Amino acid sequence: MSEKTPLLKIEDLHATVAGEEILRGVDLTIHEGELHALMGPNGSGKSTLAKVIAGHPAYEVTAGKVLYKGEDLLEMEVDERARQGIFMAFQYPSEIPGVTIAQFLRQAKNARTGQDVSVFQFYDDLKTAMGLLDMDEKFAERHVNEGFSGGEKKRNEILQMAVLEPSLAVMDETDSGLDIDALKTVSEGVNTLHARRAEMGVLIITHYQRILNYIRPDVVHVMVRGQIVREGGPELAHELESAGYEEYREAEPAAVAEARG
Amino acid sequence: MPYDQNVAALDLDTYKYGFKDPDQYVFKAEKGLSKRVVEQISAMKEEPEWMLKYRLKALEIYEKKPVPTWGADLSDLNMDEIYFYVRPSDREGRSWDEVPDDIKKTFERLGIPEAERKSLSGVGAQYESEMVYHKIKDELSDQGVIFDSIEDGLKNHPDLFREYFSTVIPPHDNKYAALNAAVWSGGSFIYVPPGVAVDIPLQAYFRVNSEQLGQFERTLIIADEGSRLHYIEGCTAPTYTSNSFHSGVIEIIVKKGANVRYTTIQNWSNNMYNLVTQRARVEEDARMAWLDGNLGSKVTMKYPSCYLMGRGASGEIMSIAYAGPGQHQDAGGKMIHAAPYTTSEIVSKSISKGAGRSSYRGLVQVQKGAHHASSNVECDALLLDPEARTDTYPYIEIDENDASIGHEATVSKIGDEQLFYLMQRGLAQDEARTMIVRGFIEPISKHLPLEYAVELNRLVELEMEGSVG
Repeated sequence: MSEKTPLLKIEDLHATVAGEEILRGVDLTIHEGELHALMGPNGSGKSTLAKVIAGHPAYEVTAGKVLYKGEDLLEMEVDERARQGIFMAFQYPSEIPGVTIAQFLRQAKNARTGQDVSVFQFYDDLKTAMGLLDMDEKFAERHVNEGFSGGEKKRNEILQMAVLEPSLAVMDETDSGLDIDALKTVSEGVNTLHARRAEMGVLIITHYQRILNYIRPDVVHVMVRGQIVREGGPELAHELESAGYEEYREAEPAAVAEARG
Repeated sequence: MPYDQNVAALDLDTYKYGFKDPDQYVFKAEKGLSKRVVEQISAMKEEPEWMLKYRLKALEIYEKKPVPTWGADLSDLNMDEIYFYVRPSDREGRSWDEVPDDIKKTFERLGIPEAERKSLSGVGAQYESEMVYHKIKDELSDQGVIFDSIEDGLKNHPDLFREYFSTVIPPHDNKYAALNAAVWSGGSFIYVPPGVAVDIPLQAYFRVNSEQLGQFERTLIIADEGSRLHYIEGCTAPTYTSNSFHSGVIEIIVKKGANVRYTTIQNWSNNMYNLVTQRARVEEDARMAWLDGNLGSKVTMKYPSCYLMGRGASGEIMSIAYAGPGQHQDAGGKMIHAAPYTTSEIVSKSISKGAGRSSYRGLVQVQKGAHHASSNVECDALLLDPEARTDTYPYIEIDENDASIGHEATVSKIGDEQLFYLMQRGLAQDEARTMIVRGFIEPISKHLPLEYAVELNRLVELEMEGSVG
């Protein structure tokens, strides 16, 4: 492991939503340029972790630390985290009627860079990003997520990720609800962006192994009942694909005991 | 009484962009309304006898009609505290230096051209704009288009004026139309000859050296057969007036096959009662479109109307209302189908912030004989805060069996997930809310000329500032 300050360092993180504890002591470290996959059964707390990293107001952190580039992330508001380079690709992106993707992205880009990017510069950047992702330029004139298919919504998330150039991208079940073609397109997009900006850290949250056929993670974590119970290389994902999460469900009390030391 | 004291009595100070007029009027009618005031107004304007009689008759009607109670609350409106006439030439005495910095700044943020800024803040004669718009005026007169102040219209085109004036909105139409008929001052007079298409939108501030939008403005537009016109009145800059009452009357005659679009976006100081009657008579195969934006004011009651009098006539009303705390926007529209194969559409979007209240009040009427009429109404309300309020009062009166009538109403709020999504992309909370509001009015703002759409968006931004927490 690198001696550099980690991009993201989560220590013993506990979080609740509506009074119910979902995260029960999560430890996770991501360095610059690393691609992590977080896997686990439904309800294990994977998406909660994504939302806590992004700063969703409905989730309350009750214990633990999250350091982002060495700074206390939990002290920052949602928008501040985003401007500092944390990007979350949403599982269910909201519709913003009457606002085009281009308008939305331009304002977001200005916020992210802290400067008023000129219209020409912005459209140049947008075109470049759309070219990279092999997207039709007309797409940017559509209203944000309004009437989009599942695949279009996810591609829109990847486009935003391309334009906003985050330091850390958290992809919350980006693969869910996608057919195999859409999954490929989205995965290729992530690979392209990661290849261009090798310093970007990525956390891919998924229930299924199949997205990992297209995006090769450096580290795979398995989360069960709000804790990370196992870590390994890409081979762990394949193991899960064949064995499923059953063993973790049954073995869980022991794993919890082990984790508690 | 010194002028400044009156201003205080009108609670002008609470208006964030407000400023006080210097006490320099050469002529100012006495406070309150009387026969003498009406006679003074008519005499100052050197009007013909028939107009004086018309005004006095209207005053009688005004005095007889009760204050309407079916709409917004008008019980605080004290007509005795209002000046009904201030001579316009005296208003032009204000200098640009006297306009406070914060207002200049507002103009700047709205991106309003220098010439227009001066005109809006009542600085008066605009020498720069005279140069710029001289060419436009020449082109218009070459086409036979008349574009005058309403006073000059009466003076220079007496027969044409008299033929149409008050034919669409007679004084007995409603109490405030009667009031306007008695004390009207300022406004535009436009005539477009048959078959002439005016390519550029005509704007009130093209009228050089004439009175700007007044508190009792009166506009008369006649689009002759097959002609085409887009008229823009007011603009999104805050409108400064020393008075807390505005009652305009806009009459439009759209003759056979003609096409008129009237756009007005007004932003009144928040002590203002804004009671406007605007109506178009639409003849055979003609088309009328109102685009009406109402921001600011204490109370606005405004229902642009189309009287579809000729076969195949069509009307469109698009309205945006923004009600902030302490404001009531009672707006909507009326579509009267009086001929067969007439079509109409109303799209109303309202936004209520804080304890602001917006109401949609609309009438669709299909009269006997107006067979094959069709009408569609859509009204959408956006509530920004839990204490915000919206109401819908749709009235539908149908006397033909084959009419096709649609009505759809929605009420929405800014969702937590929408906010989280936008903020996760780096937008501050008020930026995120503003973006959602701008998107909400987009179906209407996209019909505005670009510079007005930009101004409207900036204005919404200003209104939304500090709206969080």
